[in-house]
Amino acid sequence: MTQATTLTETTISELREIAGRYPEKRSGLLPMLHLVQSVQGRVTPEGIEICAEILDISAAEVSGVATFYTMYKRKPVGDYHVGVCTNTLCAVMGGDEIFARLKQHLDVGNDETTPEEQGKKSITLEHVECNAACDYAPVMMVNWEFMDNQTPDSAVAVVDDLRAGKEVRSTRGPRLCTWREAERVLAGFNDGLADEGPAAGPASLAGVEIAGERGWTAPVAQASGATGTEPETKEGAVAEADTSRAESETVQEKSQ
Amino acid sequence: MTDTLTPVLTDDWDAERSWTLATYESRGGYGALKKALTMPQDDIITAVKDSGLRGRGGAGFPTGMKWSFIPQDNPKPKYLVVNADESEPGTCKDIPLMMATPHTLVEGVIISSFAIRANHAFIYIRGEVLHVIRRVQAAVAEAYAAGHLGKNIHGSGYDLDVVVHAGAGAYICGEETALLEGLEGRRGQPRLRPPFPAVAGLYASPTVINNVESIASVPSIIANGADWFASMGTEKSKGYGIFSLSGHVERPGQYEAPLGITLRELIDLAGGMRHGHRLKFWTPGGSSTPLLTDEHLDVPLDFEAMAGVGTMLGTRAIQLFDETTCVVRAVLRWTEFYKHESCGKCTPCREGTWWLVQTLAALEQGQGSEGDLDLLLDQCENILGRSFCALGDGATSPISSSIQFFRDEYLAHLTGGGCPFDPAASTVWAPSLTKAGA
Repeated sequence: MTQATTLTETTISELREIAGRYPEKRSGLLPMLHLVQSVQGRVTPEGIEICAEILDISAAEVSGVATFYTMYKRKPVGDYHVGVCTNTLCAVMGGDEIFARLKQHLDVGNDETTPEEQGKKSITLEHVECNAACDYAPVMMVNWEFMDNQTPDSAVAVVDDLRAGKEVRSTRGPRLCTWREAERVLAGFNDGLADEGPAAGPASLAGVEIAGERGWTAPVAQASGATGTEPETKEGAVAEADTSRAESETVQEKSQ
Repeated sequence: MTDTLTPVLTDDWDAERSWTLATYESRGGYGALKKALTMPQDDIITAVKDSGLRGRGGAGFPTGMKWSFIPQDNPKPKYLVVNADESEPGTCKDIPLMMATPHTLVEGVIISSFAIRANHAFIYIRGEVLHVIRRVQAAVAEAYAAGHLGKNIHGSGYDLDVVVHAGAGAYICGEETALLEGLEGRRGQPRLRPPFPAVAGLYASPTVINNVESIASVPSIIANGADWFASMGTEKSKGYGIFSLSGHVERPGQYEAPLGITLRELIDLAGGMRHGHRLKFWTPGGSSTPLLTDEHLDVPLDFEAMAGVGTMLGTRAIQLFDETTCVVRAVLRWTEFYKHESCGKCTPCREGTWWLVQTLAALEQGQGSEGDLDLLLDQCENILGRSFCALGDGATSPISSSIQFFRDEYLAHLTGGGCPFDPAASTVWAPSLTKAGA
């Protein structure tokens, strides 16, 4: 965790590049704020001003966005962001115990960062909401990479290794980068690590494996390759389309 | 007779380097795109309509019908937006799909965009899944390099650009109009409807917003035909879907099956509930769908049958809890989630979820009185149907359903002066029981 550096010309041109990806430049704001975090370790007042200037909106509008989304941090984030899922499923399966143990072990509360220490990396600890990996509960995220099937002991081992600067791998992804490097990927600048890690974890493959063992498949499509949907005549197609339009309009009216 | 499991979307997840273009194409990938580009666009929409595909993001709206709402005489650009903001508690199907086979989604995006005449598509992925975002970014880059994206795709004269957009942490952005706000660089608060996104969505232009699994299902429909898709599932809930099992089951994971499979069948496939325990309650489709119990093991998991027992199929996010789990604790935690994620736009949800947490937290600690259960139900009544969007409605689901099925357990907290359960017994590392039913 270092002091926020001033945004350089390079960053400013990258911010403009992000805005340029969209038909309307304001759409770039979310990834732009990710890029600000990747450079400055948080959303700084300077970053807010620069985004506002590039997008021709007020700093208050940018602030309004930066304070709405939980991934944007106003306080400096450590080298690694550790999130423990404490939504119901993970909490019940042990997430509460993992979070309690990490708070105690790192001596920090929720959304707090370990103090800077010579030769040690810093960690920001937070409890997070459901991260879409419930079949791997209890789940922990490090810089938004999956650390599946954790226990209190395994979680402590992960944070100890991170603090000591050892290489740690995601259980379903690549070797862990820093939080700032992760934020850069979220801004749309790919780091070339897509080919690391497995295609899927064991739980993702549960059904496919059983189907394979039992010879179960989806039905075989008709050999003719007919879609079965092409109307036989043009008139038929028109009639069908009209009916559909009428149906859809009815539904739309009802739902209004 | 259709097989019990029908892997289509999940079929390639175990293939070597399944996320790459080379693997995807070696297994027939992008064949549906080539076919689609030769079809009249309305025929693609008709095929998706005829297939019976209903939105896989929870609401179950017919996908082809959504596409046909796009007014083609509107001179504004048309947009396709993929809702990849998978955040509904318990839901974990789109994330592994995009990690393992992002090209299935990309191919679906191209075919769907072509059908609705969109030249710009956006994939809005929640920001908290770094490696998934990498894989989708890489897949889009590969698709451009192969000529599947960009100008004049495969000589068809059709142009399409796709932007992968990372969100920044907000459950509400799974609501389609809040997602559009996020995509326009604003606070993710839902919009008043009408106008519906089909008429005035992204940049006030006609926009289709579909879930990842819906869009990823499109290539299979085009390749194999609407009849093939409709041959699976039940009368009004056609096709296959990914069922996500999590919690106290021996083998949690993703099980792709025709709609209409029952929980009993799924639990059997997953090796049963964890050893020595029995099912107590479950969500059929995420925490926003009312809870069910072991009375509902044989109800078909389709849209109609779930509605018939007072709940919803939702996202097929089946969270299973055994008898060691305190339902009050579970419901309180979900309620805290809704309170945290309420966007603050409307009063019933913003204030209501706050009051729900106050009332529930007191009950969980054994404080309050039996009348508080009626107070909770009254609070729910003032939120359900009175909120701006479905988040508020969803917040009431676990509360009202749990009081319906487990009123006595709430009361036990009051008589016992606190929670009668040991949370350690519910954990993965709890000592396993040797006696069944103990």
